[in-house]
Amino acid sequence: MSLALIAALPFLGALLPGLLIRAGRNACATVTGSVTLLALVGLLLHIPAVLRGEAIQTRIDWLPALGLNATFFLDGLGLLFAGLILGIGLLIILYARFYLSPRDPMGQFYTYLMLFQGAMVGIVLSDNILLLLVFWELTSLSSFLLIGYWKHLPEGRQGARMALTVTGGGGLAMIAGMLILGNIVGSYDLTVILQHKAEIQASDWYLPALILILLGAFTKSAQFPFHFWLPHAMAAPTPVSAYLHSATMVKAGIFLMARMWPVLAGTPEWFWIVTSAGLFTMVMAAKIAFFKDDLKALLAFSTVSHLGLITMLLGFGTKAAATVAVFHIINHATFKAALFMSAGIVDHEAHTRDIKRLGGLRHLMPVTFTIATVAGLSMAGIPPFNGFLSKEMMLEEAAHTAPWVIPALAVIGALFSVAYSFRLIAHTFLGPVRDDYPHKPHDPGFGMWAAPALLAVLVVLIGLMPMTFAAWLVDAAAGAVTGEGVQAHIKHWHGLESPALWMSLAAIGGGLMLLGLHGALDRIWLASPRPEAKRIFDAIIEPLARLAGMLTRALHTGRLGDYLGAATATIVAVGAYAFFSGSHTPGTRPLMEIEPVAAIGWLALMAATVAVAALHRQRLLTLVLVGVIGLVVSVGFAYLSAPDLALTQISVEVATVILLLLALNFLPKYTPSESPTGRKLRDAVLAGAGGLAVGGLIYALMTRDFAFPTIADFHLANSKTEGGGTNVVNVILVDFRGYDTFGEITVLGIAATLIYALTEALLRPGPANTRLLNWVGDSPDAGDRHPLMMVVATRMMLPIALMVGIYIFLRGHNVPGGGFIAGLVVAIALVMQYMASGFAWTAARQKIDYHGLIGAGVLIAAATGIGSWFAGVPFMTSAYGYFHLPGLEEFELATAALFDLGVFLTVLGAVMLALSSLSRIAIRAGQTVNVEAYDVHPEDETAVAAEEAK
Amino acid sequence: MEILVASAVGLMTAVGIYLILRLRSFPVIVGLALLSYACNAFIFASGRIVTGLPPILSKTAAGYTDPLPQALVLTAIVISFGMTAVIVMMALGAFLESGDDRIDLAEDDK
Repeated sequence: MSLALIAALPFLGALLPGLLIRAGRNACATVTGSVTLLALVGLLLHIPAVLRGEAIQTRIDWLPALGLNATFFLDGLGLLFAGLILGIGLLIILYARFYLSPRDPMGQFYTYLMLFQGAMVGIVLSDNILLLLVFWELTSLSSFLLIGYWKHLPEGRQGARMALTVTGGGGLAMIAGMLILGNIVGSYDLTVILQHKAEIQASDWYLPALILILLGAFTKSAQFPFHFWLPHAMAAPTPVSAYLHSATMVKAGIFLMARMWPVLAGTPEWFWIVTSAGLFTMVMAAKIAFFKDDLKALLAFSTVSHLGLITMLLGFGTKAAATVAVFHIINHATFKAALFMSAGIVDHEAHTRDIKRLGGLRHLMPVTFTIATVAGLSMAGIPPFNGFLSKEMMLEEAAHTAPWVIPALAVIGALFSVAYSFRLIAHTFLGPVRDDYPHKPHDPGFGMWAAPALLAVLVVLIGLMPMTFAAWLVDAAAGAVTGEGVQAHIKHWHGLESPALWMSLAAIGGGLMLLGLHGALDRIWLASPRPEAKRIFDAIIEPLARLAGMLTRALHTGRLGDYLGAATATIVAVGAYAFFSGSHTPGTRPLMEIEPVAAIGWLALMAATVAVAALHRQRLLTLVLVGVIGLVVSVGFAYLSAPDLALTQISVEVATVILLLLALNFLPKYTPSESPTGRKLRDAVLAGAGGLAVGGLIYALMTRDFAFPTIADFHLANSKTEGGGTNVVNVILVDFRGYDTFGEITVLGIAATLIYALTEALLRPGPANTRLLNWVGDSPDAGDRHPLMMVVATRMMLPIALMVGIYIFLRGHNVPGGGFIAGLVVAIALVMQYMASGFAWTAARQKIDYHGLIGAGVLIAAATGIGSWFAGVPFMTSAYGYFHLPGLEEFELATAALFDLGVFLTVLGAVMLALSSLSRIAIRAGQTVNVEAYDVHPEDETAVAAEEAK
Repeated sequence: MEILVASAVGLMTAVGIYLILRLRSFPVIVGLALLSYACNAFIFASGRIVTGLPPILSKTAAGYTDPLPQALVLTAIVISFGMTAVIVMMALGAFLESGDDRIDLAEDDK
C-alpha cells in the first residue's frame, strides 16, 4: 500500500464515525477499527522490504516552488512508530468502545481519535520536514480536542488549553529550528538533510537550530521544565491518556530526537542539553510519581520519568545507547498502555482511582490484577518482563558514561521507579478487601480487558524471548536511527561482573525500603512546600491573556468606521510615503483630446457624485443619483472602446437599482444626521486624501506608457486562431482565463444561495418575522398597482427581450455580448414581468427553479472543462470547428460556447434568486398578493364603492 | 480626456470612502457601490484609454485597445453585483432583527 495512502487512511476514516454513529456504537467502533486495521495491514506488508534495508518512498509534488512536497518514506524507525501508533490505536478503539458511557458522544470521540492517528502517522512517515511540521501541529490540535473531550469538566478544558499552549509553543520553536536546518542543507527533504551531518554541525546556526528543535521535542515529550502539562492532560478520558500520553503523542518528541539523531547528536552541546534534561526529568518525575495518590497522575509522572530515561539514552550519543532507547520505546509503550487501561478499568468499576481509597482489589478483580501486576512489574524492571531487559541495558550504558553523577542518578531514578510501581500494585490490589469503595468493583467484560491483556501478553513474550519478538524490530529501528547496521544482543543475564546487575539490585532493594517508609515519607511530602506548576503557568499566562484582552478591546471597538478609517489612513499614508520619497517626472504619453460630449458626460457624473455626498440622507434620491452615475459610467465604457463593459454595466445597473429599491421598501427612507462635526471633518479629510491618491495614481498611470510589454498582444494574436472568436474580451473570459471565470460564477452562485439562506433565516419565527408580520408601511401604496400600459408592454416585450438575450448570447464569441450580458438581459426581462404583473401571477406562470439554474450552470461549465480530459488535453482546453448545414451559412461551434451557457445560466439564476428572495420578504410583510393581473388595491376598491354609494 | 477620467475616479473614490465611514447601513452600501465604480474604472483605465478601438478583431480595424483589463472588469462588475446583493440582504436582515440600521456594535453587544 502506498505510504501516502497509509497516512491518508486515518483522515478518511475520521469522516466515518460521525456518520455511522447513527447505525449504533458497535458499527461505529467496528468501522473505525477496520480503517485502522487496513492501514496497519498496509504498513505490515512493507515489513519484509524494510527489514531488507530498503527505504520505501512515495513522492507527490505539491508546491515544488516552496520545497513543500508530500513525500513519505518508511525505514525501521518509521515502521516501529507507525506500527505502535496503528497497533495500539486499534486496541484503544476496542477499549474505548466499552469505556465510554452511553452519554458520551462516541462518534465525535472516534473522529478526533482518527484525526490524531492520521497526524501521528503523518509525522513518522514524512520525508519532507515542512510536511512533518504540518502534521506536528495537527497532533497538537487534535490532542487538544481529545484532552478537552469532556467539555463539561473545567479540568478537561484547562488541561487541554495548557497542553495546546505548551506543545503548540514548542511546535512554533521547532518550525524555526527545522527551517534553519533546511536552509543550511538547501533542501527540506529529510533523507537529504540526514546525509549532511558535517555541514550542519560545522554551521554557526547549529546551536540555535538544536535548541529550537529540542524545544519542540521537549515540550511534546514533557521533558523538564515543560513536563507539567502532561499530568494535567490526564483529565482526558482514559483511552486518550493510554493512547496519547503513554504510547504515541508524547513519543513524538522522542521520535524527532531519534529521527534527527544522525545529524544533531554526537556534539558536546547535544550531550549536555539532552542528557541532563532527560536525567533530571527521569529522577524528578519518578520521585513525584511515588507520592501521587491518583492512579492516573502516578502513571502520568511515571511516563514523564520514562520519557526522561529514553531522552537521556538518546543524549548519550552512542550507538549502543540509541539501541537501548529504541528497545525501551517498545517496552514502555506495551506496559504503560496496559497500565493506563487497567487504571481506567479500576476507575470505571470502583468509581475512584484514588489509591488511598483502594486496596484489596486482587480478590474482586483477579483479571485486572493479573494484567496490572505483569505490566507493573515490567515497569519496575523485575525479571523476566521486558521492562527489566531495557532497564538493565540502560543502567549498563549509564555506568559507562562519565561523570559518575550520571550512573548515580540513574540508579536513584530506577529506585523510585521500583518504589512507585510496587506501590501501584500493593496499595491498589493487595491488602484486605475494604467495604467502603464508592462502588463495588468487579472485573469488566472481555471487551474491556482484551486490549490490556494482549499488551500484557506482549510484555511477557518480549520479556521471555526478546530475540524472537523484538530484536529484529530493534535492529531495524536502531539501524535507522544511527544510520549503521545494528545487531542487538538482548539477554537476561549479563554476568556477575556487570555493573548493571548490582545497580539493579540496589534499585530494587532501595525501592522496597522506600515503599515500606511510604507512610512517613508521604507525611513529610505533604507538609513540605512544592512548586505548583499550574499556578506558575497561570501566573505567566494570565498577564498575557490580560494584555491580549486589552489590545483586543482597544483595537476591536465594534465601530466599522474605525476599522475602515484606519485602513484608509494607513493605505494613504504608505502611498504618500512612497510617492514623496521617490522622484518622478510628468508623464510623456500624448493626451487624448476632450470632446464636448465627453465633457458633458463628465459634468453629469461629477455633479451626481457631489450630489450623492450632499444628499445621501435622502435615500430614494440617492438611488436615482447612483443610477445617473452608473449610466454615465456605462456610456463612458462604450465611448472608451469597451462595448462589452458598457453592456454589462448598464444591465447590472438595472438589476442593482431594482434590488436596492426592494430593500429600501423595508429600510428607513432617511438617514438621520448623527455624526458630530469633528467626525464628519475627519472622514472628509480621509475621503479627500483617498480620492486624491486614487485619482492621482490613475492619472499618473494613464499619462505614461506601459513600463513592460503588455500581454495584450498575446491575447489579440491568439484569440481567433486558438480560441476561435473575434471578441477578444469574451474569448479571454470563456477560454484563456476560463478557470477564473469558472471560479467567478461559482462565487456568484454561492452569493445567491447565501441570500436565499439569509431570507430563510429571516422568515423563521423570530424577531424579524414578527416585525414583518406586523409590518405597517411608512408610505402609501400606489393606487394602480399594476398599470395596464406597463402590463401590456412588458408582455409584448418578453419574447422580444428573450430573443435579444439569446442573440446577445450567441453572438458573444465574435462581437460584444456573451453569457454574462445575456444572463443579465434575460433576468431583467423576467423581473419586468414580476414588476408589471405581480409576484403571484408571474410565479404561477414562470415555474423556474433558480437554484437549479445556478447548479446547472456551474455543472455545465465544469463538465465542459472536464470534457477536455477525454480529449487528452488539460482541464478547460477549448475546441472549435466550422460546420455547414444546407440552407444555412457556414457557422461555428465552439466548446467555449457551452461553457458560456454555464455562465449564462448561473448569472440568470443568481440574479433571479436574489431578487425573488427579497420579494418573499415583501409577501411576508402582508403585502397583498394579486391574483389577477390587472387588479387595483382592495382598499381603493372599497373607497370607490363608498364614493359611488354616496 | 485623461484628466476627466482621473478626476471622476478620484471623486467617486472620495465620496465612496466618505459614505462607508457613515453610521447607518444604507450609506455604507451606497459607498461600496461608488467604490466599485471607481475601482472598476481604475482597473479599466490602467489599460490606457482610447476611443474607437474596441478589442473586436476585424480586417478593417486600425488597432485594438488592451482587452485584458476589460475582461477583468467585466467579471468584477457581475461579482460586485452579487456582493452588493449579499450586503443589502444582510443590512435588511439586521434591520428587521433589531429594528435599527446602525452598523456599529451597541455597547452591550461587545
